[in-house]
Amino acid sequence: MGETVIRADQLSRTFQTVRALDRLDLEVPAGIVFGFLGPNGAGKTTAIRLLLGLLEPTAGSATVLGHDVGRDSHRIRERAGALLEHPGLYERLSAEDNLGFYARVWKLGAAACDARIRELLEPLGLWDRRREPVGQWSRGMKQKLAVARALLHRPALLFLDEPTAGLDPVAAAALRDDLGTLVRREGVTVFLTTHNLAEAERLCARVAVIKQGRLLAVGNPDELTARRTARVEVTGRGFTDALLADLGRREEVSRAVLRDGRLTIELTRAGDVAPLVSLIVQAGASVEEVRKDRASLEDVFLTLMEEDR
Amino acid sequence: MRDILTVMWKEWRELLWHGGSLRGGRLSLVVLLGVFGVLLPYQSGREWLTSPGTMFYWCWVPLMLVAGAIADAFAGERERHTLETLLASRLPDRAILLGKVFAAVAYGWLLVMLMLVLSVVTVNVRAAASGLLAPWPLLFPRPFAVGAPVLALLGAGLAASAGVLVSLRASSVRQAAQSLNVAILVLMLVPILVSQALSDATLSQLGAWAASAGAWRIIWVVAAALAVLDAVLLAAALGRFRRARLMLD
Repeated sequence: MGETVIRADQLSRTFQTVRALDRLDLEVPAGIVFGFLGPNGAGKTTAIRLLLGLLEPTAGSATVLGHDVGRDSHRIRERAGALLEHPGLYERLSAEDNLGFYARVWKLGAAACDARIRELLEPLGLWDRRREPVGQWSRGMKQKLAVARALLHRPALLFLDEPTAGLDPVAAAALRDDLGTLVRREGVTVFLTTHNLAEAERLCARVAVIKQGRLLAVGNPDELTARRTARVEVTGRGFTDALLADLGRREEVSRAVLRDGRLTIELTRAGDVAPLVSLIVQAGASVEEVRKDRASLEDVFLTLMEEDR
Repeated sequence: MRDILTVMWKEWRELLWHGGSLRGGRLSLVVLLGVFGVLLPYQSGREWLTSPGTMFYWCWVPLMLVAGAIADAFAGERERHTLETLLASRLPDRAILLGKVFAAVAYGWLLVMLMLVLSVVTVNVRAAASGLLAPWPLLFPRPFAVGAPVLALLGAGLAASAGVLVSLRASSVRQAAQSLNVAILVLMLVPILVSQALSDATLSQLGAWAASAGAWRIIWVVAAALAVLDAVLLAAALGRFRRARLMLD
């Protein structure tokens, strides 16, 4: 693993009596899409605001791109791009003017600015509509434009705060595809907050799960899913209560239930299911099909939320 | 300085380009220029250039123009959810604040200058049409010609620096605009109320001082007072502008 782009050390933020972020320890390596997952109100947006130096921590510290969030936040903002909770576009202005303004902010020269705008808008399918006022656009188009704006100055780090929230499934899928393509092409490190787990599974090389400001788990999606419950579904006949009880007593089984004639066995850890199948057969049941489901990131997420309750 | 100009560019673009075209912005400009540059001067004729009462317009108009623009500065960005993105950019605090203040001042002041020039043209055209003889051209008296731009600039500065303080705190553009309009109304009423509260003897003493001081001295005293007020309010706005505080507001 290469250079660390974000390092948070016991980073905390309290709003009056609410602890929005609670002693967050985090390391984000360079060059990956890092997913920061959590339900609404978990502290994801607060974390981004703290890392961009838009809010001051009440305790702890963090460095982003080697700069302290308290002392050198202006240096972080110079090298980072952000698509925050809202697209943040000037709706009276055209797409070209929106990007033109931020190109001036980041001191891109006129020629470089024109070329860069074209380079970003063409793959997003927005180039031909660049002179239209943004206020007339759909939410999906605005989000795409906001992504282009965030990438305009070739940032080393990109913060994306729930980029597909509020989009219809088609627009969300299109934006996800475009995001994936752009991020690969630009080679930028991405800090992505989302509660869309399919999105995280698809885009992220590493994820952290947060709830009520506290970090519950961190790792790459495969590691996290491997650590968690897998499920085995057995189709057949002759599944008795005694068999269910026998299965339930085994160490690797957390639960065995019969639903619509199908036996579902939830495992405490991933592993070999052959001993379970032989137990079922020895108990006199006939097995037609055994299907082993790998835990998804969603399963991991829901289990973590459940465990923390 | 470049960052300030960048913010000014954006503010001007938003002020003048309504809905992606100049049409909406241009229309309101035409109405303003029409009223203060053509209609009123045409009705008043030569009086428009010589009456001290006209000075009242050139104090009041920039205040109104700037108040409308500056109310939107932060309250509008907050209302339209563009503020956080702006704050997340590399722009320094000072450039954001001063860019917005200077854009509003320049907008109000340049419009007033246009109105002044247009009103001179209108008065002269009317005089020519009515067959008035020399001296040509009819112009503002010199103290007025110098004083009006200076006072309009400082008046615009007063409205902008007070307005930006209001806009920083307001939750909506409407709230900011209402607060500013009330403040301007109070500002306009204060001299009237004070003059009513003063005794006749004091008023005549003041009148005598004004007559002996002359127009130049009065203009510079007012200009100095406005400059001090502008500086104090701008310093207060710069002190109030903190990214973290704006996020919490």
